[in-house]
Amino acid sequence: MANSSLEQVFREEYGRIIATLIRISGSFDLAEEALQDAFIAAVSKWEAEGSPDNPGAWLTTVAHRKLLDALRRDKTRTDKQAELTYEANRLQPYVEPELFEDVVEYPDDRLRLIFTCCHPSLTREAQVALTLRTLGGLTTTEIAHAFLVPETTLAQRLVRAKQKIRLAGIPYDIPSLERLADRLAAVQAVIYLIFNEGYAASVGQSLIRNELCAEAIRLGRVLCELLPGEPENLGLLALMVLQDSRRDARVNDQGELVTLEEQDRSLWNAAEIEEGVNLVQKALRLRRVGSYQLQAAIAAVHAEAKIADETDWRQIVALYEELMRITASPIVALNHAAAVAMAEGCERGLALIDAVGAGGALQNYYLFHASRADLLRRLHRYDEAATAYEIALSLTTNHVEQQYIRRRLAARD
Amino acid sequence: MKYMLLIYHDEPSWDAITEADRQEVYLEYRKLREELTSRGQFITGSQLQPIATATSVRVRDGKELVTDGPFAETHEQLGGYFLVEAANLDEATAIAARIPSARTGTVEVRPLVETAAEATA
Repeated sequence: MANSSLEQVFREEYGRIIATLIRISGSFDLAEEALQDAFIAAVSKWEAEGSPDNPGAWLTTVAHRKLLDALRRDKTRTDKQAELTYEANRLQPYVEPELFEDVVEYPDDRLRLIFTCCHPSLTREAQVALTLRTLGGLTTTEIAHAFLVPETTLAQRLVRAKQKIRLAGIPYDIPSLERLADRLAAVQAVIYLIFNEGYAASVGQSLIRNELCAEAIRLGRVLCELLPGEPENLGLLALMVLQDSRRDARVNDQGELVTLEEQDRSLWNAAEIEEGVNLVQKALRLRRVGSYQLQAAIAAVHAEAKIADETDWRQIVALYEELMRITASPIVALNHAAAVAMAEGCERGLALIDAVGAGGALQNYYLFHASRADLLRRLHRYDEAATAYEIALSLTTNHVEQQYIRRRLAARD
Repeated sequence: MKYMLLIYHDEPSWDAITEADRQEVYLEYRKLREELTSRGQFITGSQLQPIATATSVRVRDGKELVTDGPFAETHEQLGGYFLVEAANLDEATAIAARIPSARTGTVEVRPLVETAAEATA
């Protein structure tokens, strides 16, 4: 078995196996060590004898054995080390599987894991790091690079998060029914944040960091698989897949940002669009509308227009109005105003944008000024447009976005 | 696990409510306490006298310094506490959410350091 496919297996199986090992040991650290040992064992054994029929189950069984060995070793040291006593006491009762068998069936514990990683008592940064590390199986180095933070900072963030889980007694469990909706929203927010970090990097040169987008989509699929009856899970996955479908068209050969209107739609990924549109329809049939579903529906309307001029702006305006009804966000109101400008004319759109801006909440938001500038430009009010573009330019740190605005300023058409 | 629930509230607004409202809040506290006691989760708890009664003690270079205060900059003051037994953080925060002052102030949930001897007991 080649190394690349071994890595692929490890990556795919990581979340599921670690989730089971954490349940059995009650410890993130012991679980990580056992899985690491199992991977090392797999490399030599599989290279010599070929990979087993079910690599995931093989790895889980071997890691489980390593874990039991480690726990026995720890138990003998228990008297001296308070911390290990604590860990041992956290062990949840479980039936020791028949480890004489080659392969044991394990239940899927990933749902417990994802709710623990996204527990509200952890900071959003810790939630993201822990989700990528455990459920996603990314290394500390990979996560640090993706988020452009020093590796030591990220490693420390993970250590602190795991420590808090242990010391504060964050349960390794699926939340109670009355808390499920809120907690699920936090999980969705973490996944979407990972996607957005990859899609529109807030700092740095590269606008799209593909690996993060791919990982977020993978996590979104896992969430749909685990809780298929939740329409917002489907909505979130649809939204990410539809946004991802435009990836190749969104930045040109020079690395410059291309607006939706100017994108070469032949570069859009047809398979992803089809999947996204199907997911939106499936979600909406469940008749519990939510913000991810509506945002995905808007993305689907864009995706279905072969050329920009064929965009059904009236439908988009209607969807934004529905979205405004359930989320009172000035950013949604801004997007609604921009859609109105396309459906009913720039004058009307600009009036709405200025009304949103009057609240003051968007004064430091670069897209507010960029959207205003765009409408002023279309209305041939070039001096006002230039002023708005200048403000927008001062508010973004993203190199690609800055370049886009500079081009607009230079063009003056 | 044992959790300390530290109850922070805005003293002036607590002082400003009517006596009837105050009695209603006390009743709610009593009910919660009784319920936790019946489930074996209540360890101890009390309301504290106002921050004006507080005294701070520091020992520096072997010298004892006793002063008035503290005068916290924050607008919420520690007004009481519950010490409870809960299976995990979710259970502890569920209790915290039922403390009447959580609706107007803040309840800080802190796990106690449990020593090995206690944990195995």
